[in-house]
Amino acid sequence: MFQSTITVTLRKSILDPQGKAVEHAIHSLGYSSVEDVRIGKQIQLSINSASKEEAERITDDVCKKLLANMVMEDYTFTVEKVR
Amino acid sequence: MGAMSKVKFGIVVFPGSNCDHDAYNVARRVMNQDARFIWHKESSLGDADVIILPGGFSYGDYLRTGAIARFSPVMKEVVGFAKKGGTVIGICNGFQILLEAGLLPGVMLRNSSLQFICKFIYLTVENPDTRFSSECRRGEVLKIPIAHGDGNYFADAGTIASLHEHNQIVFRYCSSSGEVNDDANPNGSLLNIAGIMNKEGNVLGMMPHPERASEPMLGSADGKKIFQSMIESLVLS
Repeated sequence: MFQSTITVTLRKSILDPQGKAVEHAIHSLGYSSVEDVRIGKQIQLSINSASKEEAERITDDVCKKLLANMVMEDYTFTVEKVR
Repeated sequence: MGAMSKVKFGIVVFPGSNCDHDAYNVARRVMNQDARFIWHKESSLGDADVIILPGGFSYGDYLRTGAIARFSPVMKEVVGFAKKGGTVIGICNGFQILLEAGLLPGVMLRNSSLQFICKFIYLTVENPDTRFSSECRRGEVLKIPIAHGDGNYFADAGTIASLHEHNQIVFRYCSSSGEVNDDANPNGSLLNIAGIMNKEGNVLGMMPHPERASEPMLGSADGKKIFQSMIESLVLS
């Protein structure tokens, strides 16, 4: 069994208004050194596949077809063997 | 289609659709046409002439607006119907579903204000030569409400150029006097885009709700022109 941990974020070229709002809040806490706040989502999948390569391929397919909209989002993921 | 027969509207109902009955009411009672609901698990559109993907929050807007609904069984039929030239209109969440299904280009981002906006706005008719806007004049200002959290239309520069080139931008947000500017842009949409169609001109997506503004009692009857345009296009074809 493998576990994929996927992070989906808005593309760098797209303004992230949620990130901006949180950045302002962080600044109002006094942390003026913080910048470029981006908000994304994390998705976890458990995959019952024969190999890590297969789990990675499935994860990549699912990201492209469903989990990320490639017009506005980027994704990264890691795959670990869990048992 | 003969001039005397009624246009048959098929209104797709997803779990979480909430403007389906408004669309049904306008099609049946206001426009005096036929209409029926099509549950998202159905695998046939029957003999519908027009498919409406109504507004709402299909699948709770999980993942992204419209992202799950596009995998509903009925969507395969809707895509096939659209590819054969059938008339399809997606309103609000329906527009978002059309984008996710790839029937229209681009995406919807969160409103620039991060607020859910529910109010009357004005839109100008950029292209009246369509089966969705033929009852309007070029530059006519329509008063129709919006109700969405994700209506901030975005597409890459190439897509925008292509939309322009093929006159696919049908409606843009404007002031009450018809000026298209930032002040009249409720959600941050590129170029104030409120509604676009595909290149072939048979699939339209729009964020404003014509089905909520088709009777004077509701504050505006301008939405009726969009229903009337679709009916005319089918009756005359």
